[in-house]
Amino acid sequence: MDIRKITVFGGIGKNGEPENVERFDLKMGDIISIVGPTGCGKTTLINDIELFANCNTPSKRKVLINDETIPEDFSFDPKEHPIALISQYTNFLSDLPVGEFLKIHATVRGAENIEQIIAETLEFANQLTGEAIIRNTAMTELSGGQTRSLLIADAVIIGNSPIILLDEIENAGINRTKALELLKNYKKIFVFVTHDPRIALLSDFRIVMKSGSMQKLIRTNQEETLAAGELKKIDDIVLHFRGLIRAGEEISELVLRESIQSLAK
Amino acid sequence: MKLVIFAGPPTCGKTTVIRQVIRRMLKKEYKPSFVKIDVLYADEDETINKEFGIPTKKIYSGELCPDHCNVVVLDEIVDWARNQGSDYLFVETAGLCLRCSPYIENSLGVVVLESTSGMNLPRKIGPMLTLADIAVITKIDLISQAEREVFRYRVIEAAKEIRIVESNALYGIGIDPIVKQIEKSNEIEEPMFLRGNPPVGTCTICAGKKEIGAKNHFGVLRTMEQELFYVGE
Ligand SMILES: Nc1nc2c(ncn2[C@@H]2O[C@H](COP(=O)(O)OP(=O)(O)OP(=O)(O)O)[C@@H](O)[C@H]2O)c(=O)[nH]1
Ligand SMILES: Nc1ncnc2c1ncn2[C@@H]1O[C@H](COP(=O)(O)OP(=O)(O)OP(=O)(O)O)[C@@H](O)[C@H]1O
Ligand SMILES: [Mg+2]
Ligand SMILES: [Mg+2]
Ligand SMILES: [Zn+2]
Repeated sequence: MDIRKITVFGGIGKNGEPENVERFDLKMGDIISIVGPTGCGKTTLINDIELFANCNTPSKRKVLINDETIPEDFSFDPKEHPIALISQYTNFLSDLPVGEFLKIHATVRGAENIEQIIAETLEFANQLTGEAIIRNTAMTELSGGQTRSLLIADAVIIGNSPIILLDEIENAGINRTKALELLKNYKKIFVFVTHDPRIALLSDFRIVMKSGSMQKLIRTNQEETLAAGELKKIDDIVLHFRGLIRAGEEISELVLRESIQSLAK
Repeated sequence: MKLVIFAGPPTCGKTTVIRQVIRRMLKKEYKPSFVKIDVLYADEDETINKEFGIPTKKIYSGELCPDHCNVVVLDEIVDWARNQGSDYLFVETAGLCLRCSPYIENSLGVVVLESTSGMNLPRKIGPMLTLADIAVITKIDLISQAEREVFRYRVIEAAKEIRIVESNALYGIGIDPIVKQIEKSNEIEEPMFLRGNPPVGTCTICAGKKEIGAKNHFGVLRTMEQELFYVGE
């Protein structure tokens, strides 16, 4: 399917009132974020997008692809499904070994060179995890971070979908900076549900949610882009120290103070 | 009248799906009735009657498998539903015996499978899946999209012609297409016949008699009102 545009029409919030944001459009190459407090309906919004809601979900939202609705009982052949959704869940329920699961999924998605695709998927995933995922491990034995890494790699490489929805990529301790860096190599529509200011400010725009309702659409302006650059430096320091702690190092106050001072320059 | 039989392993979401379907059928001003066939305990008749005020009934199959029980009492159930003035009859069966299936010719057979049940389930449940018209895959809100696609593939692998509906039944997502298929289904024709071939065995049902109704069978039988009786030598 050739995707040029996705349009989301607002529906109603948890209180039944119409949403402030009446519509937004996503074009190829757009990166957007969905932000808001826990329980405000972020996951519900991306689920609506993935299901091509047509006023038939509790939020009554409507989603168009290239200005057209998808018929209600139309079920996508997974080969044609243009959206990959990486959910918040950090565990698999499948009892299959990793390699077997990826093989079936690649087949379902119509991949040609299956062995190569599995290898690429595992390589991508293993750049995000602490400890590498082994092909013969049962899916249910993977840790939370390994699961998410594998789901992201699977969506990008096996799913090969033009639209990727990621629910809280920053969770479960995966290498988020590396993930963003890898993802940027692909020209797709990315929708990030996030609590992370660095991801939110890297987006073209962000949707702010409250009580199940899209409250505001904020475009990232020049000033915010500058601020994002500064925030990145602070974030890098935090990540550096996180790395040290993970590696079993001890932290000295002096080293921390020096890093913070180097920021001021 | 039209008949829809919902089968599926315990707690897969049959009642949740049926409640969503009934809600939509009532909005369209149809007159459905509901019957649950279970082994020892069921309360769906009370909860559904309370929620929707429609005619409901439960039947305990006791020592019989619920699908066998269905074969023996379904003609009476159909008469009962007709007397209630219903235009649709929904039967939920607990489907515990994995050798036979409860579906009838000229009715809609719906198997409900939970996506959280592991990738081998579609290979384990035999005719309950392969003889159904629609497979409703529930609890899609609880698993990853990747796993959903693989589960769906495993279902199609077991039942090539089946129509698949993925649903989060709690929120009524994916229910409308089921309602559409229900509306499109055939009127029941009597005498009713079981679909497919029952498994090899020694009782009349197991031995392959497909006619519905106690009058067509031998051995220890029952009426819809749970009265046991014996026909034979
Ligand atoms: N998250 C989620 N839960 C569901 C879904 N469908 C059903 N459930 C839950 O699963 C449990 C069992 O659902 P029921 O509808 O009672 O299942 P059943 O197949 O009728 O069960 P028995 O009649 O006891 O065999 C309930 O707690 C439901 O709320 C779904 O799509 N998503
Ligand atoms: N527009 C809406 N109408 C009705 N109910 C809604 C709506 N939006 C969200 N909800 C309900 O609110 C609850 C929480 O929503 P959701 O899980 O999407 O929140 P979230 O922002 O993803 O939270 P978290 O940050 O914890 O992941 C869910 O039960 C959902 O069904
Ligand atoms: Mg969420
Ligand atoms: Mg039930
Ligand atoms: Zn049986």
